[in-house]
Amino acid sequence: MKARVNVMLKNGVLDPQGAAVRHALGAMGFEGVNDVRQGKVIELDVADGTTEESIKQMCEKLLANTVIESYTIELA
Amino acid sequence: MKAAVLVFPGSNCDRDMAVALRKSGADVTMVWHKETSLPEGLDVVGVPGGFSYGDYLRCGAIAANSPITRALKAHVERGGYAFGICNGFQVLTEAGLLPGALLRNAGLKYICKTTPLEVATTNSAYTADYTLGQTIGVPIAHHDGNFTADEATLDLLEAEDRVAFRYGDNPNGSARNIAGILSENRRVLGMMPHPERAFEAAHGNEDGKAFFSSLVSAVVPA
Repeated sequence: MKARVNVMLKNGVLDPQGAAVRHALGAMGFEGVNDVRQGKVIELDVADGTTEESIKQMCEKLLANTVIESYTIELA
Repeated sequence: MKAAVLVFPGSNCDRDMAVALRKSGADVTMVWHKETSLPEGLDVVGVPGGFSYGDYLRCGAIAANSPITRALKAHVERGGYAFGICNGFQVLTEAGLLPGALLRNAGLKYICKTTPLEVATTNSAYTADYTLGQTIGVPIAHHDGNFTADEATLDLLEAEDRVAFRYGDNPNGSARNIAGILSENRRVLGMMPHPERAFEAAHGNEDGKAFFSSLVSAVVPA
């Protein structure tokens, strides 16, 4: 089975890369982009029956730095 | 004083750190990341700069979970001294041994230059040989040195006099100009600038020398 983990910087944590992307979009003529936040997607191929709790542990211990990042888990 | 310098795949300041420690009088052992224990009778562990594990996932994240880092955590829990410079600082925050995190530099660029630092406390084994408020010049070389923590943590660091160094001219957007911090017991230090690269005249300046001399004279063999 597949699991998808979305990792984003928490609200309130400055995202300089997102800000740079927003500026670039503005410079290219795309108007009305108020904010850009950049994160990452991590796809895991895990054994059938792997629990969401187990993936949550992976997020807490390695995949996300919960000081600055939040995460969501999608099981497929 | 017995010191160990950890070596991860991608570490590149490990030998410079070892040279600075040895020339300051420490007995230094290099310890590969796959080791599961540190040498007996160790006083200090240095976590060097570089790009451990290629900075994959996040800077320091993989190193923070490697076998030797478990031994490092046990050393710190026993009250042992440890310091991380540059990538080493990132490893110590990722390992939960120091608060906060290091984000991408606010200007997005990798910065490599000598930068002025203010010695913000002399109440530590790493800064005792400096004078309070002294300005020193120490090289930085990083892409992710933008120190961040929540307001409560920043307030606590300041209230407990745990900011070791501040940038004189903030190069990377770090909160409250913080360049280096101490743990609650003041025995663990992390900083982005490289005192081992300003250790002897051939480096251009010797402002980093007192960092190592402080440490070697402060740490009495256990």
